[in-house]
Amino acid sequence: MAHAPALPRGFELPLEPRLPRIGSVDEVALEERAATLAKRSIKKDSKLWALELAVRMMDLTTLEGADTPGKVAALCSKAVRPDPADRTVPSVAAVCVYPNLVSAARERLGESGVKVASVATAFPSGQSPLEVKLADVRAAVELGADEVDMVIDRGAFLSGRYAKVYDEIVRVKEACGRAHLKVILETGELGTYDNVRRASLLAMAAGADFIKTSTGKVQPAATLPVTLVMLEAIRDVHEETGRQVGMKPAGGIRTAKQAIQYLVVLHETLGADWLTPDLFRFGASSLLNDVLMQIRKQKTGAYQSPDYFTLD
Amino acid sequence: MTRLPIRKTYKLFLGGAFPRSESGRTYEAQGQNVARASRKDVRDAVRAARSAQPKWAGMTAYNRGQVLYRVAEMMEARSADLAALASGRDEVERAIDRMLWYAGWADKLAQVIGTANPVAGPYFNFTVPEPTGVVAIVASDEPPLDALVARLAPVLVGGNATVVLASERRPLPAIELAEALATSDVPGGVVNILTGLREALAPVLAAHMDVNAIDVGGADGVAPELERLAAENVKRVVRSSGDDQSPWEIAAFLELKTVWHPIGR
Repeated sequence: MAHAPALPRGFELPLEPRLPRIGSVDEVALEERAATLAKRSIKKDSKLWALELAVRMMDLTTLEGADTPGKVAALCSKAVRPDPADRTVPSVAAVCVYPNLVSAARERLGESGVKVASVATAFPSGQSPLEVKLADVRAAVELGADEVDMVIDRGAFLSGRYAKVYDEIVRVKEACGRAHLKVILETGELGTYDNVRRASLLAMAAGADFIKTSTGKVQPAATLPVTLVMLEAIRDVHEETGRQVGMKPAGGIRTAKQAIQYLVVLHETLGADWLTPDLFRFGASSLLNDVLMQIRKQKTGAYQSPDYFTLD
Repeated sequence: MTRLPIRKTYKLFLGGAFPRSESGRTYEAQGQNVARASRKDVRDAVRAARSAQPKWAGMTAYNRGQVLYRVAEMMEARSADLAALASGRDEVERAIDRMLWYAGWADKLAQVIGTANPVAGPYFNFTVPEPTGVVAIVASDEPPLDALVARLAPVLVGGNATVVLASERRPLPAIELAEALATSDVPGGVVNILTGLREALAPVLAAHMDVNAIDVGGADGVAPELERLAAENVKRVVRSSGDDQSPWEIAAFLELKTVWHPIGR
Protein backbone atom coordinates (compact mmCIF):
# COMPACT_ATOMS: atom_id res chain seq x y z
CA MET A 1 0.00 0.00 0.00
CA ALA A 2 2.81 2.34 0.83
CA HIS A 3 3.90 1.92 -2.77
CA ALA A 4 0.61 2.39 -4.55
CA PRO A 5 1.40 3.32 -8.12
CA ALA A 6 1.10 6.97 -8.92
CA LEU A 7 -1.53 7.87 -11.46
CA PRO A 8 -1.70 10.89 -13.74
CA ARG A 9 -2.84 14.19 -12.27
CA GLY A 10 -1.81 13.20 -8.79
CA PHE A 11 -4.44 10.53 -8.34
CA GLU A 12 -3.49 7.28 -6.71
CA LEU A 13 -5.15 3.90 -6.60
CA PRO A 14 -7.65 3.95 -3.78
CA LEU A 15 -6.99 0.70 -1.98
CA GLU A 16 -5.53 -2.69 -2.41
CA PRO A 17 -7.83 -5.29 -3.93
CA ARG A 18 -8.02 -7.30 -0.73
CA LEU A 19 -9.59 -4.43 1.16
CA PRO A 20 -13.35 -4.87 1.15
CA ARG A 21 -15.24 -3.10 -1.60
CA ILE A 22 -17.14 -0.29 -0.02
CA GLY A 23 -20.36 -0.70 -1.94
CA SER A 24 -22.64 2.28 -1.71
CA VAL A 25 -24.61 3.46 1.27
CA ASP A 26 -28.39 3.80 0.90
CA GLU A 27 -28.83 7.25 2.41
CA VAL A 28 -32.61 7.16 2.79
CA ALA A 29 -32.73 3.72 4.37
CA LEU A 30 -29.80 4.56 6.64
CA GLU A 31 -31.36 7.72 8.01
CA GLU A 32 -34.69 5.97 8.38
CA ARG A 33 -33.13 3.13 10.34
CA ALA A 34 -31.24 5.52 12.60
CA ALA A 35 -34.44 7.50 13.20
CA THR A 36 -36.40 4.34 13.98
CA LEU A 37 -33.83 3.10 16.46
CA ALA A 38 -33.81 6.54 18.11
CA LYS A 39 -37.47 6.08 19.00
CA ARG A 40 -36.89 3.13 21.29
CA SER A 41 -38.17 3.79 24.77
CA ILE A 42 -35.70 2.90 27.52
CA LYS A 43 -37.17 3.34 30.97
CA LYS A 44 -36.61 2.81 34.69
CA ASP A 45 -33.93 0.23 35.56
CA SER A 46 -32.77 -0.17 31.96
CA LYS A 47 -32.43 3.59 31.68
CA LEU A 48 -30.40 3.79 34.87
CA TRP A 49 -28.18 0.98 33.63
CA ALA A 50 -27.70 2.71 30.27
CA LEU A 51 -26.93 6.04 31.96
CA GLU A 52 -24.27 4.51 34.19
CA LEU A 53 -22.79 2.73 31.20
CA ALA A 54 -22.73 6.06 29.36
CA VAL A 55 -20.73 7.57 32.23
CA ARG A 56 -18.26 4.69 32.16
CA MET A 57 -17.90 5.17 28.38
CA MET A 58 -17.29 8.88 28.50
CA ASP A 59 -14.16 10.65 27.31
CA LEU A 60 -14.57 13.85 29.26
CA THR A 61 -13.16 16.41 26.90
CA THR A 62 -11.80 19.91 27.01
CA LEU A 63 -10.13 21.16 23.85
CA GLU A 64 -10.09 24.92 24.13
CA GLY A 65 -7.38 27.45 23.56
CA ALA A 66 -8.24 28.71 27.04
CA ASP A 67 -7.52 25.39 28.81
CA THR A 68 -5.27 25.76 31.83
CA PRO A 69 -3.72 23.18 34.16
CA GLY A 70 -6.23 24.34 36.77
CA LYS A 71 -9.19 23.70 34.54
CA VAL A 72 -7.84 20.30 33.54
CA ALA A 73 -7.28 19.44 37.21
CA ALA A 74 -10.90 20.29 37.96
CA LEU A 75 -12.03 18.23 35.01
CA CYS A 76 -9.95 15.29 36.24
CA SER A 77 -11.50 15.46 39.69
CA LYS A 78 -14.87 15.37 38.06
CA ALA A 79 -13.80 12.45 35.86
CA VAL A 80 -12.85 10.36 38.88
CA ARG A 81 -15.91 11.20 40.95
CA PRO A 82 -18.54 12.64 38.60
CA ASP A 83 -21.16 13.17 41.27
CA PRO A 84 -19.61 14.08 44.63
CA ALA A 85 -22.98 13.51 46.29
CA ASP A 86 -23.38 9.98 44.97
CA ARG A 87 -20.49 7.53 45.28
CA THR A 88 -22.32 4.88 43.26
CA VAL A 89 -21.84 6.87 40.04
CA PRO A 90 -18.76 5.34 38.35
CA SER A 91 -15.70 7.17 37.02
CA VAL A 92 -15.58 8.11 33.35
CA ALA A 93 -13.35 6.24 30.90
CA ALA A 94 -10.85 8.94 30.07
CA VAL A 95 -10.04 12.62 30.04
CA CYS A 96 -9.30 14.03 26.60
CA VAL A 97 -7.00 17.06 26.37
CA TYR A 98 -4.38 18.80 24.22
CA PRO A 99 -0.82 17.41 24.47
CA ASN A 100 0.38 20.36 26.55
CA LEU A 101 -2.06 19.42 29.29
CA VAL A 102 -1.40 15.69 29.34
CA SER A 103 1.03 15.87 32.24
CA ALA A 104 -1.36 17.98 34.29
CA ALA A 105 -4.07 15.39 33.72
CA ARG A 106 -1.70 12.47 34.32
CA GLU A 107 -0.61 13.90 37.64
CA ARG A 108 -4.12 14.54 38.84
CA LEU A 109 -5.57 11.20 37.76
CA GLY A 110 -2.79 9.12 39.31
CA GLU A 111 -3.91 5.57 39.99
CA SER A 112 -7.62 6.30 39.63
CA GLY A 113 -7.92 4.09 36.54
CA VAL A 114 -9.18 6.97 34.43
CA LYS A 115 -7.11 7.13 31.26
CA VAL A 116 -5.55 10.17 29.64
CA ALA A 117 -6.32 10.69 25.99
CA SER A 118 -4.55 13.32 23.97
CA VAL A 119 -5.40 14.72 20.59
CA ALA A 120 -2.43 14.94 18.27
CA THR A 121 -1.35 15.16 14.61
CA ALA A 122 -2.00 18.87 14.23
CA PHE A 123 -5.51 18.63 15.65
CA PRO A 124 -8.06 19.68 14.50
CA SER A 125 -7.19 20.32 10.84
CA GLY A 126 -4.40 17.83 10.33
CA GLN A 127 -2.88 20.18 7.75
CA SER A 128 0.78 19.84 8.76
CA PRO A 129 3.73 17.83 7.46
CA LEU A 130 3.88 14.21 8.58
CA GLU A 131 7.05 14.76 10.60
CA VAL A 132 5.31 17.43 12.66
CA LYS A 133 2.37 15.12 13.24
CA LEU A 134 4.60 12.24 14.33
CA ALA A 135 6.52 14.50 16.70
CA ASP A 136 3.17 15.64 18.12
CA VAL A 137 2.16 12.02 18.74
CA ARG A 138 5.50 11.04 20.29
CA ALA A 139 5.41 14.02 22.59
CA ALA A 140 1.89 13.17 23.77
CA VAL A 141 2.84 9.56 24.45
CA GLU A 142 6.03 10.54 26.27
CA LEU A 143 4.08 12.92 28.47
CA GLY A 144 1.92 10.02 29.53
CA ALA A 145 -1.05 9.74 27.19
CA ASP A 146 -2.69 6.30 27.24
CA GLU A 147 -4.69 7.04 24.14
CA VAL A 148 -4.04 9.20 21.11
CA ASP A 149 -6.80 10.79 19.06
CA MET A 150 -5.41 11.58 15.61
CA VAL A 151 -7.12 13.34 12.71
CA ILE A 152 -6.90 12.06 9.16
CA ASP A 153 -5.71 14.34 6.42
CA ARG A 154 -9.08 15.28 4.91
CA GLY A 155 -7.38 17.35 2.26
CA ALA A 156 -5.65 14.22 0.99
CA PHE A 157 -8.73 12.05 1.42
CA LEU A 158 -11.05 14.36 -0.49
CA SER A 159 -8.58 14.74 -3.36
CA GLY A 160 -8.37 10.99 -3.75
CA ARG A 161 -4.93 10.50 -2.23
CA TYR A 162 -6.08 7.64 -0.06
CA ALA A 163 -2.61 6.12 0.13
CA LYS A 164 -1.31 9.22 1.86
CA VAL A 165 -4.09 9.02 4.42
CA TYR A 166 -3.44 5.33 4.94
CA ASP A 167 0.30 5.72 5.27
CA GLU A 168 -0.07 8.49 7.81
CA ILE A 169 -2.30 6.36 10.00
CA VAL A 170 0.20 3.49 9.78
CA ARG A 171 3.07 5.79 10.78
CA VAL A 172 1.11 7.37 13.59
CA LYS A 173 0.12 3.94 14.87
CA GLU A 174 3.81 3.03 15.00
CA ALA A 175 4.61 6.25 16.82
CA CYS A 176 1.90 5.50 19.38
CA GLY A 177 3.69 2.44 20.70
CA ARG A 178 1.49 1.00 23.41
CA ALA A 179 -0.96 3.88 23.39
CA HIS A 180 -4.37 3.21 21.86
CA LEU A 181 -5.02 4.98 18.59
CA LYS A 182 -8.34 6.60 17.81
CA VAL A 183 -8.68 7.89 14.27
CA ILE A 184 -10.89 10.93 13.77
CA LEU A 185 -12.51 10.94 10.35
CA GLU A 186 -14.15 14.37 10.76
CA THR A 187 -17.28 13.13 9.03
CA GLY A 188 -18.70 16.64 8.80
CA GLU A 189 -16.05 17.40 6.19
CA LEU A 190 -16.31 14.15 4.24
CA GLY A 191 -19.53 15.07 2.50
CA THR A 192 -21.15 11.71 1.82
CA TYR A 193 -21.92 8.51 3.70
CA ASP A 194 -19.96 6.63 1.06
CA ASN A 195 -16.91 8.66 2.00
CA VAL A 196 -17.52 7.99 5.68
CA ARG A 197 -17.64 4.27 5.02
CA ARG A 198 -14.54 4.43 2.83
CA ALA A 199 -12.62 6.40 5.44
CA SER A 200 -13.76 4.01 8.18
CA LEU A 201 -12.50 0.97 6.31
CA LEU A 202 -9.29 2.77 5.40
CA ALA A 203 -8.62 3.68 9.03
CA MET A 204 -9.36 0.19 10.29
CA ALA A 205 -7.17 -1.36 7.58
CA ALA A 206 -4.36 0.94 8.65
CA GLY A 207 -4.54 -0.25 12.23
CA ALA A 208 -6.93 2.05 14.11
CA ASP A 209 -8.02 0.76 17.52
CA PHE A 210 -10.99 3.12 17.47
CA ILE A 211 -12.63 5.16 14.75
CA LYS A 212 -14.07 8.46 15.82
CA THR A 213 -16.54 10.73 14.07
CA SER A 214 -15.40 14.25 14.72
CA THR A 215 -13.10 16.74 16.31
CA GLY A 216 -16.03 18.69 17.73
CA LYS A 217 -14.74 21.77 15.92
CA VAL A 218 -16.79 21.26 12.76
CA GLN A 219 -20.55 21.21 12.28
CA PRO A 220 -22.22 18.79 11.82
CA ALA A 221 -20.28 16.67 14.30
CA ALA A 222 -21.51 13.23 15.38
CA THR A 223 -24.94 12.27 14.10
CA LEU A 224 -26.82 9.03 14.53
CA PRO A 225 -26.77 8.04 10.82
CA VAL A 226 -23.04 8.70 10.49
CA THR A 227 -22.43 6.61 13.59
CA LEU A 228 -24.54 3.83 12.13
CA VAL A 229 -22.46 3.83 8.91
CA MET A 230 -19.27 3.55 10.94
CA LEU A 231 -20.67 0.84 13.19
CA GLU A 232 -21.69 -1.17 10.14
CA ALA A 233 -18.19 -0.79 8.75
CA ILE A 234 -16.85 -2.07 12.08
CA ARG A 235 -19.29 -4.98 11.90
CA ASP A 236 -18.15 -5.86 8.38
CA VAL A 237 -14.50 -5.82 9.42
CA HIS A 238 -15.34 -7.98 12.42
CA GLU A 239 -17.23 -10.49 10.29
CA GLU A 240 -14.42 -10.70 7.79
CA THR A 241 -11.39 -10.68 10.05
CA GLY A 242 -12.65 -11.23 13.60
CA ARG A 243 -11.00 -8.00 14.68
CA GLN A 244 -12.89 -5.81 17.13
CA VAL A 245 -12.49 -2.11 16.45
CA GLY A 246 -13.95 0.49 18.80
CA MET A 247 -16.19 3.42 17.99
CA LYS A 248 -16.28 6.93 19.38
CA PRO A 249 -18.94 9.41 18.37
CA ALA A 250 -17.87 12.88 19.47
CA GLY A 251 -19.26 16.38 19.29
CA GLY A 252 -22.87 17.45 19.52
CA ILE A 253 -23.95 14.76 21.99
CA ARG A 254 -25.29 16.87 24.83
CA THR A 255 -28.24 15.06 26.37
CA ALA A 256 -28.68 11.77 28.17
CA LYS A 257 -31.47 10.98 25.75
CA GLN A 258 -29.11 11.25 22.79
CA ALA A 259 -26.53 9.09 24.57
CA ILE A 260 -29.10 6.35 25.08
CA GLN A 261 -30.04 6.54 21.40
CA TYR A 262 -26.41 5.93 20.48
CA LEU A 263 -26.28 2.96 22.83
CA VAL A 264 -29.39 1.51 21.21
CA VAL A 265 -27.88 1.87 17.74
CA LEU A 266 -24.65 0.33 19.02
CA HIS A 267 -26.42 -2.64 20.57
CA GLU A 268 -28.59 -3.23 17.51
CA THR A 269 -25.61 -3.10 15.14
CA LEU A 270 -22.78 -4.78 17.01
CA GLY A 271 -24.47 -6.55 19.90
CA ALA A 272 -23.72 -6.72 23.58
CA ASP A 273 -19.99 -7.39 23.03
CA TRP A 274 -19.49 -3.74 22.19
CA LEU A 275 -21.33 -2.39 25.24
CA THR A 276 -18.05 -1.75 27.04
CA PRO A 277 -15.77 1.26 27.46
CA ASP A 278 -13.05 -0.81 25.77
CA LEU A 279 -14.96 -0.65 22.49
CA PHE A 280 -17.23 2.36 22.69
CA ARG A 281 -16.69 5.91 23.92
CA PHE A 282 -18.57 9.15 23.93
CA GLY A 283 -16.46 12.23 23.27
CA ALA A 284 -18.25 14.99 25.11
CA SER A 285 -17.90 17.87 27.50
CA SER A 286 -21.42 18.90 28.46
CA LEU A 287 -23.03 15.44 28.18
CA LEU A 288 -21.81 14.29 31.58
CA ASN A 289 -23.84 16.87 33.51
CA ASP A 290 -27.04 15.95 31.74
CA VAL A 291 -26.44 12.25 32.39
CA LEU A 292 -25.75 13.00 36.06
CA MET A 293 -28.95 15.01 36.25
CA GLN A 294 -30.89 12.15 34.71
CA ILE A 295 -29.34 9.61 37.08
CA ARG A 296 -30.35 11.73 40.04
CA LYS A 297 -33.81 12.20 38.53
CA GLN A 298 -34.16 8.41 38.29
CA LYS A 299 -33.07 7.99 41.89
CA THR A 300 -34.98 10.85 43.52
CA GLY A 301 -37.98 11.21 41.22
CA ALA A 302 -37.54 14.98 40.99
CA TYR A 303 -36.45 16.85 37.88
CA GLN A 304 -33.02 18.38 38.41
CA SER A 305 -31.41 21.76 37.86
CA PRO A 306 -27.96 22.51 36.45
CA ASP A 307 -27.54 24.86 39.42
CA TYR A 308 -26.60 21.88 41.57
CA PHE A 309 -23.93 20.39 39.30
CA THR A 310 -20.41 21.65 38.68
CA LEU A 311 -19.76 23.57 35.50
CA ASP A 312 -16.57 21.78 34.44
CA MET B 1 -73.61 28.16 1.37
CA THR B 2 -73.44 26.26 4.62
CA ARG B 3 -70.17 26.33 6.40
CA LEU B 4 -68.48 23.89 8.74
CA PRO B 5 -67.66 25.80 11.92
CA ILE B 6 -64.10 25.56 13.18
CA ARG B 7 -64.16 24.31 16.72
CA LYS B 8 -61.36 25.27 19.02
CA THR B 9 -59.12 22.59 20.47
CA TYR B 10 -57.94 23.66 23.91
CA LYS B 11 -54.23 22.97 24.16
CA LEU B 12 -51.30 23.84 26.37
CA PHE B 13 -49.31 27.06 26.07
CA LEU B 14 -45.69 26.04 26.12
CA GLY B 15 -42.62 27.93 24.94
CA GLY B 16 -44.78 30.39 23.01
CA ALA B 17 -46.58 27.62 21.07
CA PHE B 18 -49.84 25.75 21.56
CA PRO B 19 -48.98 22.03 21.56
CA ARG B 20 -51.14 19.14 22.69
CA SER B 21 -49.96 17.29 25.74
CA GLU B 22 -46.90 15.16 25.01
CA SER B 23 -48.95 12.23 26.34
CA GLY B 24 -51.78 12.90 23.89
CA ARG B 25 -54.27 12.72 26.73
CA THR B 26 -57.17 15.04 27.38
CA TYR B 27 -59.77 15.43 30.10
CA GLU B 28 -63.15 17.05 30.18
CA ALA B 29 -63.69 20.42 31.80
CA GLN B 30 -66.33 23.08 31.23
CA GLY B 31 -67.87 20.79 28.60
CA GLN B 32 -64.72 20.76 26.47
CA ASN B 33 -61.88 18.36 25.94
CA VAL B 34 -58.85 20.02 27.44
CA ALA B 35 -55.22 18.91 27.16
CA ARG B 36 -54.15 16.86 30.16
CA ALA B 37 -50.51 17.72 30.72
CA SER B 38 -48.06 15.02 31.80
CA ARG B 39 -44.95 15.20 33.96
CA LYS B 40 -42.90 15.57 30.79
CA ASP B 41 -44.95 18.60 29.82
CA VAL B 42 -44.06 20.06 33.21
CA ARG B 43 -40.41 19.35 32.53
CA ASP B 44 -40.60 20.94 29.08
CA ALA B 45 -42.44 23.97 30.44
CA VAL B 46 -39.81 24.56 33.12
CA ARG B 47 -37.08 24.21 30.54
CA ALA B 48 -38.82 26.75 28.29
CA ALA B 49 -39.26 29.12 31.21
CA ARG B 50 -35.64 28.78 32.27
CA SER B 51 -34.28 29.59 28.84
CA ALA B 52 -36.68 32.51 28.31
CA GLN B 53 -36.17 34.14 31.69
CA PRO B 54 -32.83 35.95 31.18
CA LYS B 55 -34.11 37.77 28.10
CA TRP B 56 -37.30 38.88 29.89
CA ALA B 57 -35.35 40.01 32.93
CA GLY B 58 -32.82 41.75 30.69
CA MET B 59 -35.41 43.93 29.00
CA THR B 60 -35.61 47.43 30.41
CA ALA B 61 -38.22 47.89 33.11
CA TYR B 62 -40.00 50.43 30.94
CA ASN B 63 -40.17 47.96 28.05
CA ARG B 64 -41.55 45.20 30.31
CA GLY B 65 -44.24 47.62 31.42
CA GLN B 66 -45.10 48.35 27.79
CA VAL B 67 -45.39 44.65 27.00
CA LEU B 68 -47.68 44.07 29.98
CA TYR B 69 -49.75 47.05 28.90
CA ARG B 70 -50.12 45.33 25.57
CA VAL B 71 -51.27 42.18 27.34
CA ALA B 72 -54.05 44.30 28.83
CA GLU B 73 -54.82 45.63 25.33
CA MET B 74 -55.07 42.12 23.94
CA MET B 75 -57.26 41.02 26.83
CA GLU B 76 -59.51 43.97 26.11
CA ALA B 77 -59.78 42.86 22.48
CA ARG B 78 -60.73 39.37 23.60
CA SER B 79 -62.89 40.45 26.48
CA ALA B 80 -66.07 38.97 25.02
CA ASP B 81 -64.50 35.51 24.66
CA LEU B 82 -62.94 35.77 28.09
CA ALA B 83 -66.24 36.82 29.65
CA ALA B 84 -68.03 33.83 28.13
CA LEU B 85 -65.51 31.40 29.61
CA ALA B 86 -64.95 33.12 32.96
CA SER B 87 -67.73 34.37 35.18
CA GLY B 88 -68.77 37.37 33.15
CA ARG B 89 -67.91 40.87 32.10
CA ASP B 90 -67.19 42.18 35.61
CA GLU B 91 -64.51 39.63 36.28
CA VAL B 92 -62.82 40.26 32.94
CA GLU B 93 -62.75 44.00 33.52
CA ARG B 94 -61.29 43.49 36.97
CA ALA B 95 -58.61 41.25 35.49
CA ILE B 96 -57.73 43.73 32.73
CA ASP B 97 -57.55 46.62 35.20
CA ARG B 98 -55.32 44.54 37.38
CA MET B 99 -52.95 43.75 34.52
CA LEU B 100 -52.78 47.45 33.70
CA TRP B 101 -52.16 48.37 37.33
CA TYR B 102 -49.24 45.97 37.58
CA ALA B 103 -47.87 47.04 34.18
CA GLY B 104 -47.45 50.52 35.64
CA TRP B 105 -45.30 49.15 38.43
CA ALA B 106 -42.61 47.78 36.12
CA ASP B 107 -40.46 50.91 36.11
CA LYS B 108 -41.29 51.98 39.67
CA LEU B 109 -40.31 48.84 41.54
CA ALA B 110 -36.64 49.54 41.94
CA GLN B 111 -37.34 52.99 43.38
CA VAL B 112 -39.92 51.77 45.87
CA ILE B 113 -38.49 48.42 46.90
CA GLY B 114 -34.82 49.24 46.42
CA THR B 115 -33.08 51.26 49.13
CA ALA B 116 -29.99 53.31 49.84
CA ASN B 117 -28.78 52.11 53.21
CA PRO B 118 -26.83 54.15 55.77
CA VAL B 119 -23.86 52.10 56.93
CA ALA B 120 -21.02 52.74 59.41
CA GLY B 121 -18.17 52.86 56.95
CA PRO B 122 -16.93 54.55 53.78
CA TYR B 123 -19.35 52.68 51.55
CA PHE B 124 -22.28 53.57 49.40
CA ASN B 125 -24.59 50.73 50.36
CA PHE B 126 -27.64 50.10 48.25
CA THR B 127 -30.18 47.36 47.67
CA VAL B 128 -31.78 46.51 44.34
CA PRO B 129 -34.53 44.00 43.59
CA GLU B 130 -33.82 41.19 41.12
CA PRO B 131 -36.17 38.52 39.78
CA THR B 132 -36.24 35.18 41.59
CA GLY B 133 -36.13 33.19 38.33
CA VAL B 134 -38.63 30.54 37.37
CA VAL B 135 -41.85 30.73 39.37
CA ALA B 136 -44.52 28.02 39.48
CA ILE B 137 -48.07 29.16 40.04
CA VAL B 138 -50.81 26.82 41.19
CA ALA B 139 -53.84 28.87 40.21
CA SER B 140 -57.08 29.09 42.16
CA ASP B 141 -60.35 27.83 40.75
CA GLU B 142 -62.37 30.94 41.55
CA PRO B 143 -62.67 33.36 39.96
CA PRO B 144 -60.94 31.49 37.14
CA LEU B 145 -59.54 34.45 35.19
CA ASP B 146 -59.07 37.18 37.75
CA ALA B 147 -57.40 34.94 40.31
CA LEU B 148 -54.94 33.80 37.67
CA VAL B 149 -54.13 37.34 36.51
CA ALA B 150 -53.78 38.41 40.14
CA ARG B 151 -50.95 35.88 40.53
CA LEU B 152 -49.49 36.06 37.04
CA ALA B 153 -49.09 39.82 36.72
CA PRO B 154 -46.94 40.42 39.84
CA VAL B 155 -44.71 37.49 38.91
CA LEU B 156 -44.16 38.85 35.40
CA VAL B 157 -43.60 42.49 36.33
CA GLY B 158 -40.55 41.59 38.37
CA GLY B 159 -38.87 39.84 35.42
CA ASN B 160 -39.62 36.23 36.33
CA ALA B 161 -40.64 33.49 33.93
CA THR B 162 -43.45 31.25 35.01
CA VAL B 163 -45.13 27.88 34.67
CA VAL B 164 -48.82 28.15 35.51
CA LEU B 165 -50.91 25.20 36.50
CA ALA B 166 -54.37 26.38 35.48
CA SER B 167 -57.51 25.64 37.48
CA GLU B 168 -58.42 22.00 36.98
CA ARG B 169 -62.18 22.58 36.95
CA ARG B 170 -62.20 25.82 34.95
CA PRO B 171 -59.10 25.87 32.72
CA LEU B 172 -60.59 27.55 29.64
CA PRO B 173 -60.10 31.20 30.68
CA ALA B 174 -56.41 30.44 31.23
CA ILE B 175 -56.02 29.10 27.71
CA GLU B 176 -57.94 32.05 26.32
CA LEU B 177 -55.59 34.31 28.26
CA ALA B 178 -52.71 32.48 26.60
CA GLU B 179 -54.05 33.64 23.23
CA ALA B 180 -53.75 37.20 24.47
CA LEU B 181 -50.25 36.59 25.84
CA ALA B 182 -49.14 34.97 22.58
CA THR B 183 -50.05 38.10 20.59
CA SER B 184 -48.62 40.62 23.00
CA ASP B 185 -44.82 40.60 22.68
CA VAL B 186 -44.28 38.56 25.84
CA PRO B 187 -41.30 36.47 24.67
CA GLY B 188 -42.18 32.82 24.07
CA GLY B 189 -41.52 30.69 27.14
CA VAL B 190 -41.88 33.51 29.68
CA VAL B 191 -45.40 32.31 30.44
CA ASN B 192 -46.26 28.63 30.10
CA ILE B 193 -49.76 27.45 30.93
CA LEU B 194 -50.49 23.81 31.66
CA THR B 195 -53.93 22.30 32.07
CA GLY B 196 -54.48 18.96 33.71
CA LEU B 197 -54.92 17.19 37.00
CA ARG B 198 -53.65 19.33 39.83
CA GLU B 199 -53.03 16.36 42.08
CA ALA B 200 -50.66 14.81 39.52
CA LEU B 201 -48.87 17.94 38.32
CA ALA B 202 -48.50 20.25 41.31
CA PRO B 203 -46.16 17.88 43.21
CA VAL B 204 -43.93 17.55 40.13
CA LEU B 205 -43.63 21.33 39.94
CA ALA B 206 -43.05 21.63 43.67
CA ALA B 207 -40.30 19.00 43.59
CA HIS B 208 -38.63 20.35 40.43
CA MET B 209 -35.12 21.47 41.36
CA ASP B 210 -35.02 24.10 38.60
CA VAL B 211 -38.04 26.00 39.91
CA ASN B 212 -37.05 28.86 42.21
CA ALA B 213 -40.38 29.81 43.74
CA ILE B 214 -43.87 28.41 43.98
CA ASP B 215 -47.17 30.12 44.64
CA VAL B 216 -49.37 27.57 46.36
CA GLY B 217 -52.36 29.91 46.62
CA GLY B 218 -54.62 27.64 44.60
CA ALA B 219 -53.44 24.35 46.04
CA ASP B 220 -56.13 24.09 48.71
CA GLY B 221 -55.65 20.97 50.82
CA VAL B 222 -52.39 19.78 49.29
CA ALA B 223 -50.43 22.97 50.06
CA PRO B 224 -48.51 21.46 53.02
CA GLU B 225 -47.35 18.56 50.86
CA LEU B 226 -46.24 20.99 48.14
CA GLU B 227 -44.35 23.06 50.70
CA ARG B 228 -42.60 19.95 51.97
CA LEU B 229 -41.50 19.06 48.41
CA ALA B 230 -40.46 22.66 47.77
CA ALA B 231 -38.13 22.54 50.76
CA GLU B 232 -35.75 20.21 48.93
CA ASN B 233 -34.14 23.09 47.03
CA VAL B 234 -35.39 25.78 49.40
CA LYS B 235 -37.88 27.26 46.97
CA ARG B 236 -39.46 30.52 47.89
CA VAL B 237 -43.00 29.52 48.89
CA VAL B 238 -45.73 32.11 48.56
CA ARG B 239 -49.17 31.52 50.04
CA SER B 240 -51.19 34.11 48.19
CA SER B 241 -54.84 34.87 48.34
CA GLY B 242 -56.43 35.58 44.98
CA ASP B 243 -57.59 39.12 45.56
CA ASP B 244 -54.47 40.76 46.97
CA GLN B 245 -53.14 43.62 44.89
CA SER B 246 -50.13 45.59 46.05
CA PRO B 247 -46.45 46.11 45.23
CA TRP B 248 -45.68 43.62 47.98
CA GLU B 249 -47.21 40.92 45.82
CA ILE B 250 -44.45 41.73 43.33
CA ALA B 251 -41.80 41.87 46.04
CA ALA B 252 -42.70 38.34 47.06
CA PHE B 253 -41.01 37.13 43.86
CA LEU B 254 -37.96 39.37 44.02
CA GLU B 255 -34.56 38.82 45.57
CA LEU B 256 -32.89 41.79 47.18
CA LYS B 257 -29.27 42.26 46.26
CA THR B 258 -27.23 44.54 48.47
CA VAL B 259 -24.08 46.14 47.12
CA TRP B 260 -21.26 47.67 49.17
CA HIS B 261 -19.57 50.20 46.96
CA PRO B 262 -16.42 51.86 48.33
CA ILE B 263 -16.58 55.63 48.36
CA GLY B 264 -13.44 57.24 47.01
CA ARG B 265 -12.37 60.81 47.23
